[in-house]
Amino acid sequence: MLNTYIKFTKRNIRRTPFQALAASMIMFFTFFALLIFLILAAGSQAVLRYYESKPQVISFFKDGTTAQDVTAIQNALSQDARVMSVKFISKEEALEIYRERNKNDPTLLELVTANILPASLEVSTTDPDELAPIAEILKREPVVSEVIVPEDVVATLNSATTVIRVVGGATVVFLIIFATLVIVLITGFKIRTRRNEIEIMRLVGASPSFIRTPFILEGISYGLFGAFLSWVFVYALLWYFTPLLNNYMGEVKLLPVSPIFMVALLGSSVIIAIIIGGLGSLGAVRRYLRI
Amino acid sequence: MIVFENVTKKFGSSTTALDDISVEIKQGEFVFLVGSSGAGKSTLLRILTKEVSPSSGKVLVNHKDIIKIKTSEVPHLRRNVGMVFQDFKLLDDLTVFENVALTLEVLGKTSEEITKEVERTLKLVEIWDRRNLFPRQLSGGEAQRTAIARAIVGKPEVLLADEPTGDLDPQTAWGVIQLLNEINSWGTTVLMATHNAEIVNTLKRRVIVLKKGKITKDTKEGKYDI
Repeated sequence: MLNTYIKFTKRNIRRTPFQALAASMIMFFTFFALLIFLILAAGSQAVLRYYESKPQVISFFKDGTTAQDVTAIQNALSQDARVMSVKFISKEEALEIYRERNKNDPTLLELVTANILPASLEVSTTDPDELAPIAEILKREPVVSEVIVPEDVVATLNSATTVIRVVGGATVVFLIIFATLVIVLITGFKIRTRRNEIEIMRLVGASPSFIRTPFILEGISYGLFGAFLSWVFVYALLWYFTPLLNNYMGEVKLLPVSPIFMVALLGSSVIIAIIIGGLGSLGAVRRYLRI
Repeated sequence: MIVFENVTKKFGSSTTALDDISVEIKQGEFVFLVGSSGAGKSTLLRILTKEVSPSSGKVLVNHKDIIKIKTSEVPHLRRNVGMVFQDFKLLDDLTVFENVALTLEVLGKTSEEITKEVERTLKLVEIWDRRNLFPRQLSGGEAQRTAIARAIVGKPEVLLADEPTGDLDPQTAWGVIQLLNEINSWGTTVLMATHNAEIVNTLKRRVIVLKKGKITKDTKEGKYDI
């Protein structure tokens, strides 16, 4: 019987190609927005986690700081139970890191020598909450010129993630409702234009479910089409922009996106597509198809 | 086979389409329903397909009271009662073959069964060579033969025909009547509403005359006399 339902669904779609195209396009845009939102949300969350997972204070030393000064600070910090690790980055090591990060830009490499880069101390704590007290200790050291606490970065990212969640989530909810209503309208319109056929089907003994199912499958297929097409489109966009985004993201390596993540996105989209298409067409069938 | 017991159908409070009708139709009979427009012929046929329900009375088809059957059983009833209309009611965007196949698709038959049965039926009604045409490409007679093929392809026990020759020229109408007669000869009960006096008088079959919702005559080898 499923074959018959699929045959009837295909026939319905073929008969009204422009309505089918309109429904598919709406679904495409809805899922495109949904996928972009999900990727942004997941990406910002991953960036946030990256910084949260690196509770680190970086203190830069003034020029002329001696090895004894640094060792004294290192030893003092190593005694502190809140400190997980202490790592000294010499001027030469800082230059190496700089060269590695800017290896594609020879102009930047030419201008910089080890002398202009400060030596630093990277201090990791067991708990992100301990970053501020440790930073205070380091700021009191006379040889320390500057202390960077990633707390501020995390706070900024946190608010950015919240904005993405709220604005993106609201947009997606709106689009989902809009897409569902479009499916209701198109299915309802189709039911009205095919009243004669429905009447004939009833008279030759079609059960209500036999008449309803192709309409519901039709709604679901628009959803699936839009979801799959937008997934392919988004995947292609991500793939195309991966080198650019990688440069922009610096040390946070999120790209290329894991195929498992993309498959999970496809799976979620398919489920949402079935829900939107199914609910929309079911709503229309219940509203307009009185058998 | 079909029994109407004191059946009354009222539309609203002022219109009585059928008024205390009692009649029995045996299996394999060919019955003409005659009467002027609004006499209740179509209502009587539509009760048998459960398109309308009587206001009172009992209607038995194969000993089953179809008024009491559940909504879910209505499709099963309709699969056993074929229906032919004056305006054919064919689907314009389906070919002759597809229109006839629709009945079997509804029954859940396999594509092999559908192909076999539709071919057999279209050959029977002599429009096999028109199978790939659309209704708009058919003559009135061919369209009605397609509608008859659709009604009988599921092998129903009863065939209802609501003025099937109404839109046809006399010669084509006769072709359709001969086809219905042949279907009846295989054992299918045929109940036909008509205004065509010549057909009724020539065939000399049972004639039920309806007037203002009442049966005024029921003659075994009757004539068109309203």
